Parts: sequence; structure tokens; C-alpha cells
Amino acid sequence: MFLKKLALAGAMTLLTTTAYAACDIGARVSIVGNEFPAIQTIGSNAQECSGGEVSTNLTADHQKINVAGMSGNPAEYTSAIIANSSIVALMNEDVIRPLDDLIAKHGQGLKKNQLITINGKVMAVAFMANAQHLVYRADVLEKAGVEAPKTYEDMLAAAKKIKDMGLMDNPVGGAYKAGWNLAQEFNNMFLGYGGSHFEEGSAKPTVNSEAGVKALEMMKALSEYMNPDFLTHDSNATNAEYRAGNVALMNMWGSRAATLTTADGVPQEVIDGFAIAGPMTVGGGSTPASTLWWDGWTVAKNVSDAEAEATFVALTHAIRPDMLNEETSPLAVWLIDGYEPTDKAVGVFAAAQASTTPYPMLPYMGLMHTALGAELSDFMQGKESAEQALADVEAAYTAAAKEKGFL
Amino acid sequence: MKHRTFFWFFLPTGLAMLLFIAFPIVSVITQSMFAPHESVLITVENCDPFGCKKETTIDQDATRELRDSKPLGRFVGLDVYLDRGHLAINEVAEAWRTSETMGDFWSRMGNLPFYRALAFTLTYTFVCTPFLIILGMMIALAVNSLTKSMKGFVIFLSLLPFTVTPLIGSLVLFWMIDSRGILGNFISWVAADPDLSIKASTPLMWIAIIIWGVWHSAPFAFVVFYAGLQTLPQDQIEAAQIDGATCWQQIKYVVVPHLMPLVTFVALIQLMDNFRVFEPIVGFNAEAHATTLSWIIFNDLGGETRQLSAASATSVLTILGVAILLSPVLVRTWRDFKGKR
Repeated sequence: MFLKKLALAGAMTLLTTTAYAACDIGARVSIVGNEFPAIQTIGSNAQECSGGEVSTNLTADHQKINVAGMSGNPAEYTSAIIANSSIVALMNEDVIRPLDDLIAKHGQGLKKNQLITINGKVMAVAFMANAQHLVYRADVLEKAGVEAPKTYEDMLAAAKKIKDMGLMDNPVGGAYKAGWNLAQEFNNMFLGYGGSHFEEGSAKPTVNSEAGVKALEMMKALSEYMNPDFLTHDSNATNAEYRAGNVALMNMWGSRAATLTTADGVPQEVIDGFAIAGPMTVGGGSTPASTLWWDGWTVAKNVSDAEAEATFVALTHAIRPDMLNEETSPLAVWLIDGYEPTDKAVGVFAAAQASTTPYPMLPYMGLMHTALGAELSDFMQGKESAEQALADVEAAYTAAAKEKGFL
Repeated sequence: MKHRTFFWFFLPTGLAMLLFIAFPIVSVITQSMFAPHESVLITVENCDPFGCKKETTIDQDATRELRDSKPLGRFVGLDVYLDRGHLAINEVAEAWRTSETMGDFWSRMGNLPFYRALAFTLTYTFVCTPFLIILGMMIALAVNSLTKSMKGFVIFLSLLPFTVTPLIGSLVLFWMIDSRGILGNFISWVAADPDLSIKASTPLMWIAIIIWGVWHSAPFAFVVFYAGLQTLPQDQIEAAQIDGATCWQQIKYVVVPHLMPLVTFVALIQLMDNFRVFEPIVGFNAEAHATTLSWIIFNDLGGETRQLSAASATSVLTILGVAILLSPVLVRTWRDFKGKR
């Protein structure tokens, strides 16, 4: 078995080297994007191309710089790696170009479901899928005598049992940091309860609803089992709590699951007990309380045709099927031809199979997300009622949407 | 000075001030009065790896025409200043009409982002500034009484907090007060409450940030006062000693009056600086408990959808805030100037 793997890896390397020679570009390529292992792989793959300079700027703050860096003419960045939430900002500002002509010329290897089509035009090429799902400690759940939860109600019951038995003080983990993370957890729960953020076909907010109140109450109930600092914990801090063995149940990003227990100093029982399952449902609903995401790349509008073509060629090269190997396959749920799901991918696959709602790709969703992030923390601290918090969200969103010309 | 000489002397400074102070202010005021055009929305079919569905998007062709004809956007006057994200006059009037008690009114004001940020910003400014002046003065007096061989080293140590990047300094303190950090653990042990968490409590978070502010800026006050102490006339001190003044009396009647102009200077600079406090809010992940005007600007620009007009309006309000804070001193300078004429 080992020999077979080795031979396979060798063959892959050979393939990679041949492909290396195949990627010739004739102009500058400059990529801006988020920073996690899968995207770093894409960035370094693109840099294998020869004939033009390929530079990358991969940072967690990519959203603060990509629009500005693509608005000039010529644009500083020839490509932005984005997700279904962040493509909206680029679309709103009209800084990315349709890719149909380039696909006809260079994109034969791309699968149809990789092409992000907006109003009939391909605006991005997706390379991976992502979702938040359950990550748990099998050993702790076994000790407590509970099954891996399928619903948030089960999660609460399991957390209560673990706490009552004295196994852990704060068995539930959650990226509830005020701001983007807290808003995202609300979105998950709200969609799980069957809520929808806006009136159909309009920018009018509808979060102050029964589903909204229920979602907040569930989040409050979960937070009782979290580290008291939860309003300052983002995904990184929540993962650190899990690694330290303080957390038994959490809703976590699939893209972070592969490397969760590989850090230095993780206790052996955490490594052995590490387990993944699909996202949970809530309130008797059938749609999971989670959102589906894709990550993909775009090509800037304000660059020369030569640069656009070079960018397209380099990034198509970066996501070619034979870039998948032992090392890169577990990093993400790739949408690339020939990808075999690893055991780290079960959570995201389960999310897709259970028809989880994709994160809304609406021009005004970013403003709603910001308003949720700013206004929900008072409720989580017990300073105001759920109805008041949601009314504040709608008021804050409405002010912002009026300013941006959506209402 | 002759007018001609004065003109050439002042020209470089004047140009720099025009370029780096006046133009940006004009630009930010303009931006705050214009908002992006009304978006022309259309419903289209979008397809992604998870399937196709009807979604709303911006009609780029129609919007581009609007943008090209009026690149600044639509003129909204003071609308952005008056909306809920800023001065919120409708909400304040509503709260005033319907509140039964003053307490109720203030708690409803605290629910509005601008006033909530203003409350913390002002508290921070007016608590930090006197404390850091007193602390800086104490350090300066202590260092001044050291032997020469020790001075260099102690001055270096006292300056460290000021040389540490504000964001890094606040991150260090943030990790220390974590409920699993060294200070957080110690405090919950002292209070005999294992669930006590500084990061989960608004008053404790405010205190932590204010302590950080004093820690960070006291060295600035120290350096200024220490320099001032080097000019202290020895004969006055000796005279006081001959008159039988105690150590405390010497400080109160000779040293402090001598340093008074410097105290005004430090107070001015620090009032301005502290009003623009920003880094600890990010460093402490404190936005659930404390926000500041500068943080609101950062937040408006950092979302997935940038709100340039909102950020500009808050910037203008911050400039006005600084002007109001400094107005007593500005008025006095003006009077002195008039008096001299």
C-alpha cells in the first residue's frame, strides 16, 4: 500500500513537472486573496508559470484592499480570489470582467459546475467548496454516553450532560466574536429556522421575525456552555480552545478541519478523539443551520487583454486536475476534476447533500452582515431583548442601505 | 519681521499644510455630503456549484450611465450626518418624547452607535489624560532624584511602553487578561470567582483599556516633564530649602508651577490623541463592550460593502469633536494675541 502511494506520488511529481513547462504566460499576474492553506497552494501553483512575473498578496484583510486595488486603471491586482460573499463587492463596483471569451480559448479543462454564472456571463471560476459543520470529541461524547448530535437541541443536551458530569466546564465552542463571526453564526441559525434576510426581490430587511428571535435564543442557550470570553473568540481562538482540550462540540469551517489537530503540543487524547460530522439542523427543520460557500478566482476588468489572458492561464494552471496529490487533497473540498474526498471532507459533503442554503449572493447582504455583527452583541450579553436587538439590526441596516442607494 | 520675509519663510509650511491638512479635510467633507447613486436592481439567474437560482443583482449598464454622468454620486447634504449611524436626530427625538425617566432616555441613547462610541471615547479621554499626567510627573520626579549612573537605564525602561507599537502593546495585555491568561487567572483567584472574566464584563473591559491607555502614554508625559526638570533653577529650590520647605512643599510651590506650561502642552496633545483612540479596540477585540469614533470609521470601511460616505461623516464629526475639546485653549490663545496688539 505504502509503495503504491509512493509510486503515485512520484507519478504526480512527474506530471507536475511536465505541467510546469506547459504554463507559459506573456504578461504580469498579480493575485490578492484570503490566507488559508488551500489558497496558499493556489498562489504557489500560479507562481510556477514562466514568461511573466506572478506575484501574490494573500492576507486575511484581502477584502479591505481588493476593491481599492482593482479600481484603478490599470488595476494593481489582475485577479482577486474571493468567495460567494465577497464577489458581491467586486460586482457592485464593476471591477471584474466576464470570462467567457477566455474560457473558450483556454478553459477546456474546467467543469461546468466550476463556472460562476451571473446573468448568463461567467464572472468567476470556483475551485473549492466550504461549509461550517460539527466538529466534536468522540472520546468525550462516549464517556458522557451521548451520540454525536444531529440537531442543535441534541447539542445542548449533550453539553449539559458533559458539564453535569464534570468532564468539561465549557464544552461548547463557537466563533461568536462580535462582528463578522457573530453575524455569520446568526445567519446559520436563522436560515436553519427557515428565515430569510430580505423580502423577495427587494432590499427590505426581514430579520426581525419569529425565526430571528428563535435563532438568537438558541445562540444564547449555547453561549451558556461556552468560555465566558466567547464574544472575543474568532475561528482561530475557538480552534485553540479545541486543541487545548477545553471544547467537545463546535460548529467549525470545513477548510480549517484538515489542519485542526496538526499544531504543535496538541494532547494525544484530542488528536485521537477528533471527529467530524455534517452540519446540525435546528427547531425541527430539515435544512441544516449552516451555509454553503465556494471559493474561486476572478479577473480584473481594468487590465490589458494580455494581462487578463496571462492571469486566466496562470490560475487555470493553478487549479489543473493533476495538482491534486497526497498533500493538497486534504486541504479542501476541491471542485476540481478527479478529486477524491478524504475523511476530512465528510462534513462539507454532508452539508452539500443535505441541501444547505448557499450564502446569499445579494448586493446588499454585506451591509446586513455588518449590521448584524454590530448590533447583536448587546443581546448576547443580556443587555437587551432579542426583539430589540433585531429591531436595531434593521434600523442600522436601513440607514446603511439608504446611504448606498439600495433603499 | 518684514511681510516679505515672513511670506517666504512661511511658504513651505503653508504649502504643506494646504496639501496635507486643508485638502484632505475638504475632500472628506465633500465625500460626506455625497452618497453612491441609487442602484438599479434586476433579478437574474445565477449559477454556482450548488445549482442555479434567481437572485437580485445590480444592473451594471444602467448604473454605469448614472456614475459616468455624475461621478461624485448623488448630493444628500447632511442626510448621512443625521441618520441612525451618526447623530440620529429622529431616534434621539423619539427617545426624548417617549422616555419616562432620564435613565431610560440615556439607556436608549446608549443603544445608538454614535453616542455609544462617544460615551466611551469621552470617558477614555477624560480619565486617561489626568492619570497619565500625574503618573508621568511622578516618574519624572523619581528618575530625576536618581544617581547619574542609574538614570540612563531607568529612562530607557520607562520609555519602553511608548516605543511598543500600540496594537502590539494592547494585544499583549489582551492575552494576559484572557480568562486563561496570567492576569485573568490571578484576578479570578483574588475575587474567588472562577467564572469572572474581564473580557465578558463591560466595566472591567473599560478599566482594562483605560489602564492600557495610561500605561502607553505616561512615558510621553514623563519625557516632557523630565526635560522640564533639567531647567529647574537650583537657587529657587535652595531658597525654599532655607525657608524650611518640606519636600512636598518644594514640589507643590516650586517644581509644579515651573512645569505648568508643559502640563498644558501635554494635556493638549493627549486630549487630541486620546480622542482618536483606536488601536486598543482592535487589540482587545473590545467592540462588544467599547467602541470609539475612530473604530466606527474603520468598521465602515472594513465591511464587505465599504461605506465611504458614512466613514467620511464620522471623520468630520471627529474633527469637530477635537476642535470643541481644544476650544478653551484656542480661545485663550486668541485673547492673548488680541491683548498683545
